[in-house]
Amino acid sequence: MNDTEHLDTEHLDRLLSAPADADLLERLHDRLTGQAAAQDLLDVAYTTVDSPVGRLLLAVTPRGLARVAYAREDHDAVLDILAHRLSPRILHAPARLDRVARELDEYFAGRRRTFDLDLDLSLSHGFRQVVQRHLPEIGYGQTRSYREVAELVGNAKAVRAVGTACATNPLPVVVPCHRVLRADGSLGGYVGGAEAKSALLRLEAA
Amino acid sequence: MKEPFERVVARHGPTVLRVCRVLLGPHDVDDAWSETFLAALRAYPDLPADANVEAWLVTIAHRKAVDHLRATRRRPLPVEEPPPAGGDITPGPEAGIDDAELWDAVRGLPDKQRQAVAYHYVAGLPYAEVAAILGGTTDAARRAAADGIKNLRRTYPGTITEGART
Repeated sequence: MNDTEHLDTEHLDRLLSAPADADLLERLHDRLTGQAAAQDLLDVAYTTVDSPVGRLLLAVTPRGLARVAYAREDHDAVLDILAHRLSPRILHAPARLDRVARELDEYFAGRRRTFDLDLDLSLSHGFRQVVQRHLPEIGYGQTRSYREVAELVGNAKAVRAVGTACATNPLPVVVPCHRVLRADGSLGGYVGGAEAKSALLRLEAA
Repeated sequence: MKEPFERVVARHGPTVLRVCRVLLGPHDVDDAWSETFLAALRAYPDLPADANVEAWLVTIAHRKAVDHLRATRRRPLPVEEPPPAGGDITPGPEAGIDDAELWDAVRGLPDKQRQAVAYHYVAGLPYAEVAAILGGTTDAARRAAADGIKNLRRTYPGTITEGART
């Protein structure tokens, strides 16, 4: 066989369709997130970070932090829900979550006791949102029972509804539903799993 | 239900880049790619759920590239003027895909042929979709792509050294 061949259509197609350079695509993606934000088109920016309780998905809207999700919640499924309930204009834009990521780092390192972040609670409504707004009143290292939280929000009978509000908290860790336990002191449920709940309580007890 | 736009970028970003490269040449893709995805992001919430996303993106890229070519061709040729100092024209890392003869040959094609080649061969769209973008019939789109490939085979040096393989 000779070592040259005539240029056929397939080969020409391959040349024209040479893979796009990954660095270039990354640069273009960064540029897109910057331009999108500048033109108010970045409705949801997200990133994922590693933490002692596993990989966390963080998502912000222009109003504030809207979602913290544990890996067991399935981050792809969570993004689908954000697209459906908030906006499909969602981009991976880690730089827009620098502050959130830093505060979480400090918290997990034991150097931060309260979060100083704008929150966007638009993923929850009604009584659940009321409960979630009150949860930060339970201080670092303290715990309350579901009944005590029901009393705290002025509806002593709504113990089960408080349980639901904790279970559907869109901002675990930052909105401290992990500080709510059963009346007998046992753990109760947790969106991040029992192990994560006790890890956070151990961290705050240290 | 509409998926997050990030997945649209991840899935179709490389294809749009390759299409823009054929339409505009390897060193002019940045703006066309950015404008395509920014326009797509703006319109995305209103895109019908069953739309062919890739054909939609290629259609937007087509319009952006046409605008670019029009602007470039309107611009008067620089006449022995030194480039302005402090201009930030930096060659990107993509300068590596440098087969100047290939891109010269592509640039030498009539617009319709270059577009048909980009949309059918590079983006992989069927001729009916290509025709929808270019206007005209499916047969005309097929002819334009075939003529484009034929012209490229004529104008691009027709042999490739494949090393000592086979």
